Amino acid sequence: MWAIELPPFVPFFIAALFAAVTRGWLRSTILLLAPVLGGLHLMTMPEGIYWQTSFLGYELTPYKVDSLSLIFGYAFHIAAFIATLYALHVKDNVQQVAAPLYAGSAMGAVFAGDLLTLFVFWELLALTSVFLIWARRTSRSYFAGIRYLIIQVLSGVILLIGLLFHAADTGSLAFGAIGTGSLGGWLIFLAFGIKCAFPFLHTWLTDAYPEATPTGTVFLSAFTTKVAVYALARAYPGTEMLVYIGAAMACFPIFFAVIENDLRRVLAYSLINQVGFMVVGIGIGTALSINGAVSHAFNDIIFKGLLFMTMGAVLHMTGRINGSDLGGLYKTMPRTTLFCIVGAASISAFPLFSGFVSKSMVMSAAIEEGYDWVWLMLLFSAAGVFHHAGIKIPYFAFFAHDSGIRVSDPPINMQLAMFIAAALCVTIGVYPSMLYSLLPYDTSYNPYDATHILAQTQLLFFSALAFVWLNLRNMYPPELRSTNLDVDWVYRRLCPTIIQGFVARLAVIGELNNALVHKIGALSPTLARQFGPDGALSSTHPVGSMVKWVIILLAVYLMLSFI
Amino acid sequence: MIVHLSVLQVIIPLIAAPICLLLRKSELAWAFATLVAFMTLAVSVALLSQVMQSGPVSYELGGWEAPWGIEYRVDMLNAPLLVLISAISALALLASRTSIENEIPENRHTFFYIAWLLCMAGLLGITATGDAFNVFVFLEISSLATYTLIALGKDRRALWASFQYLVAGTIGATFILIGIGLMYVMTGTLNMADLAQRLPDVENTKTVFTAFAFLIVGVCMKLALFPLHLWLPNAYTFAPSIVTTFLAATATKVAVYVMIRFIFDVFGFEFSFTHFPLQEVLLTLGIAGIFVASVVAIYQDNLKRMLAYSSVAQVGYIMLGISFASQTGIMATLLHMLNHGLMKGALFLALAAVVYRMGIAQLSQMHGIASRMPLTMAAFLIGGLSLIGVPLTVGFISKWYLVSAALENGWWPVAAAILLGSLLSVVYIWRVIEVAYFKPVSESTPDVKEAPAALLIPMWILVLANLYFGIETSLTVGVSQMAAADLFGGLR
Repeated sequence: MWAIELPPFVPFFIAALFAAVTRGWLRSTILLLAPVLGGLHLMTMPEGIYWQTSFLGYELTPYKVDSLSLIFGYAFHIAAFIATLYALHVKDNVQQVAAPLYAGSAMGAVFAGDLLTLFVFWELLALTSVFLIWARRTSRSYFAGIRYLIIQVLSGVILLIGLLFHAADTGSLAFGAIGTGSLGGWLIFLAFGIKCAFPFLHTWLTDAYPEATPTGTVFLSAFTTKVAVYALARAYPGTEMLVYIGAAMACFPIFFAVIENDLRRVLAYSLINQVGFMVVGIGIGTALSINGAVSHAFNDIIFKGLLFMTMGAVLHMTGRINGSDLGGLYKTMPRTTLFCIVGAASISAFPLFSGFVSKSMVMSAAIEEGYDWVWLMLLFSAAGVFHHAGIKIPYFAFFAHDSGIRVSDPPINMQLAMFIAAALCVTIGVYPSMLYSLLPYDTSYNPYDATHILAQTQLLFFSALAFVWLNLRNMYPPELRSTNLDVDWVYRRLCPTIIQGFVARLAVIGELNNALVHKIGALSPTLARQFGPDGALSSTHPVGSMVKWVIILLAVYLMLSFI
Repeated sequence: MIVHLSVLQVIIPLIAAPICLLLRKSELAWAFATLVAFMTLAVSVALLSQVMQSGPVSYELGGWEAPWGIEYRVDMLNAPLLVLISAISALALLASRTSIENEIPENRHTFFYIAWLLCMAGLLGITATGDAFNVFVFLEISSLATYTLIALGKDRRALWASFQYLVAGTIGATFILIGIGLMYVMTGTLNMADLAQRLPDVENTKTVFTAFAFLIVGVCMKLALFPLHLWLPNAYTFAPSIVTTFLAATATKVAVYVMIRFIFDVFGFEFSFTHFPLQEVLLTLGIAGIFVASVVAIYQDNLKRMLAYSSVAQVGYIMLGISFASQTGIMATLLHMLNHGLMKGALFLALAAVVYRMGIAQLSQMHGIASRMPLTMAAFLIGGLSLIGVPLTVGFISKWYLVSAALENGWWPVAAAILLGSLLSVVYIWRVIEVAYFKPVSESTPDVKEAPAALLIPMWILVLANLYFGIETSLTVGVSQMAAADLFGGLR
């Protein structure tokens, strides 16, 4: 068997290679085959370590399979297949090559058994995904992509520094439980946190995802944050701080999502909110909660992908994505509307849809472990999710006031992809045991007991009632073209303003003392004067100055050694 | 034959040089010199494998026993360096015939090969010998040949650069000679192993202190430690490109080797680091060199000059490794010597190809050049990534061990400085990549073709070596580890 130990990222990288040189149906076949064959192959792999090498005196295991990585691997293969199918009509070479590379990097990261391999794929994730943002080819997407890349690469660098410290402390690079007991542990935690969109570190996500291409965002939503969730689940299970971080993540995006007009940005905020549930689950650290976090990640990959696909379809067909520009699309896009409602029902955790069977696990775990306040916060955010993702997205895109736009349903491949995702949402919701059998821990958990169903439906109905009431009283925040301030304001506006103000202030002093201005106010010309081609440090020197330095150095040596 | 390997290593190129003079015709001289270089490469590889199997190889020149006669001694420390010198020399010579076509007048080609062979013999001699005075002799041979090679550059400033290097190099060599002389006065011996045994008895005298200071300062001049680097940028910029390739990859490394040999083997770790402020001086100058030279490199328009300053910065890293005064530190230094030879060899060969096509490697004229010379610029890109220290390249391995060594000593700021220095190299490499790949071809870009195969093949061999030894590190890391262990187990 030639392929018996082939790491899962290999088929994707090969597909990317072929995608660069082939066109038309041949390329489509190759792109679709990679996740199918890779997924089938993965199903035959029992758990274990398949590839081990020694590097720089450390044991590296670039390919390791266990139950935790396996379920993420399955989810990623499904997501890669759906997203590839969804993007099949795209002619752009850049996207068709970048997408499988990106998906492959995510596989590589998930099956990495050591931190160094993880680091390599961590950076690859950033480098390959940024092309899906740039491929929109607008100046907004270009700059958003640059900001995204800087933050992602920074995360990788912090990871590298952290793993160096960690290796110096423990002498091992194995990717297992790390914990926040040392400086290295903290740095790695921070690196994971950036990719996981912790509060205040989340701005890259809401900044960049809505600027990516309609198909690119579907890929983006599936992989980057889920790799980070996986990494947290492996390295920091049961870290109590994660419970509070996750609860904050679940709550704060609600407010932004409600007032946001760009519907894909609404989904980006709701992505952070859903990741918050997973982070809480990891933080609680019991078997039930980890199971909940992992299964919620699995479901989120599918239903969030579905929602991004429906909004991508709207953007693709109408060219618009602001809630205030859309409305009434259900008349001509009936199927997309239906898929969107299925996605919305799943993310809002309606009984019989996939979100319900996983979200309730996290919440049950929270109440079992005595995190009452956290449970209340999660309850609040569950209501909020229903509000902004469950009602707002379908309502403003497909119903509300009629915008007069008449476009048909998207191309068949997009519909098919959405159909598969929708079907999975329903299937998992109805037969949760399918998903539960894949989970890393054995817990007999039944989501369909009376309390759960009752509590959840109550929540949903009251939330719906609030929406209807607010809307009827015209008190619901109207869909306006506006810029909503988030933390990224700090580095996009505040810091430049401060620096400009600082420089201007210096200039004022400079009017009094011109010489001072040149020294402080403009650092770079000063540097150039010293270091530039004509500067003191780079010009060519007469022979005498070399001799001078030799003498000085010799004198220093002798003096120091005779003292 | 096998027992004479260590002397053959030096004798083959030394004898080949005058034979070259008899050949007269440039093509013949080239073919002969290349053949000789590959023969020395074979010898050095054989030596390395012999050392790895059965320990140090000692050879008594002319049958005179060691303390009295001249001894050639090849061990784990210098065997890999011999391979590096002869391999770079062989690859550069392969490319040299094409490269010097436009850079050196036809009637001087034969002299070029003669000077090259002498330079190589000198460098190999310094490395192979176990005799302190012999080091000086070979140093002079290689230096004189180097001055000639640099002066062959077509820019008239090459003459001046060569003269500058001549003055600097002579001062350096004289200092080394003074150091060796003082040691001889105190001990009456010139054999390194013998010196190592006799020096402890007299090591608390001012004469020995002075000898050490002269020796170290002289060597620092040769290896271009900041601020004694002033000769290097001009020499590298104005020398023929292929000469720069050879010198940048090997010459400074040989000087570093001399330094390590004297510090650890002859004077001994105890003396060097406890009686003497070596650690402080090397640490300060190393870090200063990294930052100053890297920033200067950012501002350069001439790429040869840019890489020359980058070499000064890399010497800084190498010195840092020594200043850690630990086994990991010295191992990182040895590793970085080999790895830096590989990356600078690849980078300067890429520039040699650019100069061959464009006449000059001026960044302002290279807009969009990657579309005209894709293979050359791809080589430059990979070499640059290696210089920065990106994973899967040799640069990463060196930086890894340097940072580990710094952390092992608990010197966090130094580790941070190393990483900051890498960021600076990102800047100067990225400038080139941006201009070559992302700027549209402008009118000032000359209409050029891809470089000929004679340049591309050696270039890509070195590029692939950068990648290969970045992934399969057992040879380079293993050899450096053994050498570092030997240095700390020591001759004494």
